[in-house]
Amino acid sequence: MSEVVLKSRAQKNSEELLLGDQTFTTITNDISGVPEQEKAPIQWKLAFALALSLLSVFVGALGYLIWEGTGIWGVNAPIGWGWAIINFVWWVGIGHAGTLISAILHLFRQNWRNSINRFAETMTLFAVICALIFPGIHIGRIWVAYWFFPLPNQMAMWPNFRSPLIWDFFAVFTYFTVSLLFWYTGLIPDLATLRDRAKTKLRKRIYGFFALGWRGGNRQWQHYELAYLVLAGISTPLVLSVHSVVSSDFATSVIPGWHTTIFPPYFVAGAIYSGFGMVMTLAVAARSLYNLKHIITISHLDKMAQIMLLTGSIVGYSYAMEFFISWYSGNPYESYAFINRALGPYWWAYWTMIFCNVILPQFFWFKRFRTHVPFLFIASILVNIGMWFERFVIVVISLHRDYMPSAWAMYSPTIWDIAIYLGTFGIFFTGFLLFLRFLPMASIAEVKLVLPESNPHHGDH
Amino acid sequence: MKTYGIIAKFDDPSALLHAAEEVRDAGFKNFDCHSPFPVHGLDDAMGLKRSRLGYVIGVCGLIGALFGFGLQTWVHLSEYPMNIGGKPFFAYPAYVIITFELMVLFSAFGAVFGMMYFNKIPRLHHPLFYSEKFCSVTSDAFYVSIESADPKYDERKVEDFLKNIGGKEIEVIKDENEK
Repeated sequence: MSEVVLKSRAQKNSEELLLGDQTFTTITNDISGVPEQEKAPIQWKLAFALALSLLSVFVGALGYLIWEGTGIWGVNAPIGWGWAIINFVWWVGIGHAGTLISAILHLFRQNWRNSINRFAETMTLFAVICALIFPGIHIGRIWVAYWFFPLPNQMAMWPNFRSPLIWDFFAVFTYFTVSLLFWYTGLIPDLATLRDRAKTKLRKRIYGFFALGWRGGNRQWQHYELAYLVLAGISTPLVLSVHSVVSSDFATSVIPGWHTTIFPPYFVAGAIYSGFGMVMTLAVAARSLYNLKHIITISHLDKMAQIMLLTGSIVGYSYAMEFFISWYSGNPYESYAFINRALGPYWWAYWTMIFCNVILPQFFWFKRFRTHVPFLFIASILVNIGMWFERFVIVVISLHRDYMPSAWAMYSPTIWDIAIYLGTFGIFFTGFLLFLRFLPMASIAEVKLVLPESNPHHGDH
Repeated sequence: MKTYGIIAKFDDPSALLHAAEEVRDAGFKNFDCHSPFPVHGLDDAMGLKRSRLGYVIGVCGLIGALFGFGLQTWVHLSEYPMNIGGKPFFAYPAYVIITFELMVLFSAFGAVFGMMYFNKIPRLHHPLFYSEKFCSVTSDAFYVSIESADPKYDERKVEDFLKNIGGKEIEVIKDENEK
């Protein structure tokens, strides 16, 4: 391919990803302008008030849970895993898109990620915090939650390292820590930008403290870039391992509907699908609220919708394959578990899941739908509803009809299940809105790399 | 007041890259090129050796993996052997996940804290911050700095040299802390 063709492609790419006449200066001004606003916009304040209200719902419900125990939830025998595990898997899945965008797309040199990676990484952090809450509280006696940790103690008590539940603890804990380190490393140059632009002494001190004295020298960038690349490299297998391990919680048991080898890849694809849904919801809202439509462009939304089409289709394929294998296995319990999903008393949960996760993404074959912002917004919310129902289908429908009909039961959540679930939205949005208020929502340094002028050989040809 | 060094501004990444080559070829050692984002090719232009951070991360990852595998083996074989469902005590395939997770965790700490060590950060105070203009380096400006610690440093000559290779707004930075 000739140089001219390559160059015009690069040019076109950057024109789609940054609209209007952008320079290094305008990028800095536009992105750092948001946390530098004197007053938050009224929409932010309303959203923050709502988030704080939900947070207080969480605190109240959590207090009652600790006081009274997990008996206040709708769990029963045989449905011993209810909303707590559904919400855990749902939130941790949402987190996966952040790491996919920041790590995997970085390794593949997909520079369209540069406008949305900060955003998505932050979403990951708060989503994983919400997820980690559930294993912590579902044990009932949360004051002994430290028993998860392999700590030497006077009871000579250790976790069983051959159990997927403890793998899960290590996987999610590592995932959170590495995501936090990755996020903060990416923030250092941007914090330095905010420090250097700060008008008041207090802002200068606080941003300066967290910027660690960054001076943008190439002797710093050299090590920085290597560290960032390695973090991306190790986050990639890490993120694939996290949801695979989560799926092992189910797959290593002998419950029909759980005991399948397809779970790890199927869970990972579903996680990325739901995570992109959440990134889309937040991105559409934030770009219009803060007028950053030239930095998070239609082209970005289009590309995210394409990834949702891909992962949604993998999820759809997995649903079909589960059905096929349950018939092909010749095992009556296995076949019954799947027929019961589609035609049993919880048929509505199953078909909600099929609609949101299999049928809906097929609209994304058409560019018209991929670039229609209101459609994307509604679809992205439906995606996460669908993925929540997927976990409901897996957890509740598989458990509610045991091998013996005498052990069959129905499950319904109590008000406390609902309050804690809604409460985690309070944690998520409180954190996310504070991030929007005080930190740059896109990477100032990395967005500049999308401009052709950032290449020192620009204009040589 | 002691002089820290001299800074000169350049127009764009390509000017900075050429300036870096000139400074390197003139034989300076204690100099740096500052930019708002990493500029491709500057490492070679400045004559920098490959970062040794990779070895640090590798060692950290290895320690993490050995620690993870060792912890599980020790707990299940010697500290508190638990017979659960007749599973073998030394169930090494089951140890893989936690070994892997701890390898990743230790490498990530190695990457971030190793990067800080090599970059000599956190260092909240630096003479370069005395320059008002230098602030724009985190937004849209490109600077070369040559330190007075360099054996070839001579204030006059360095000023002229930077001017000759296209540097603008040349400024001598004084370290206001040192008398």
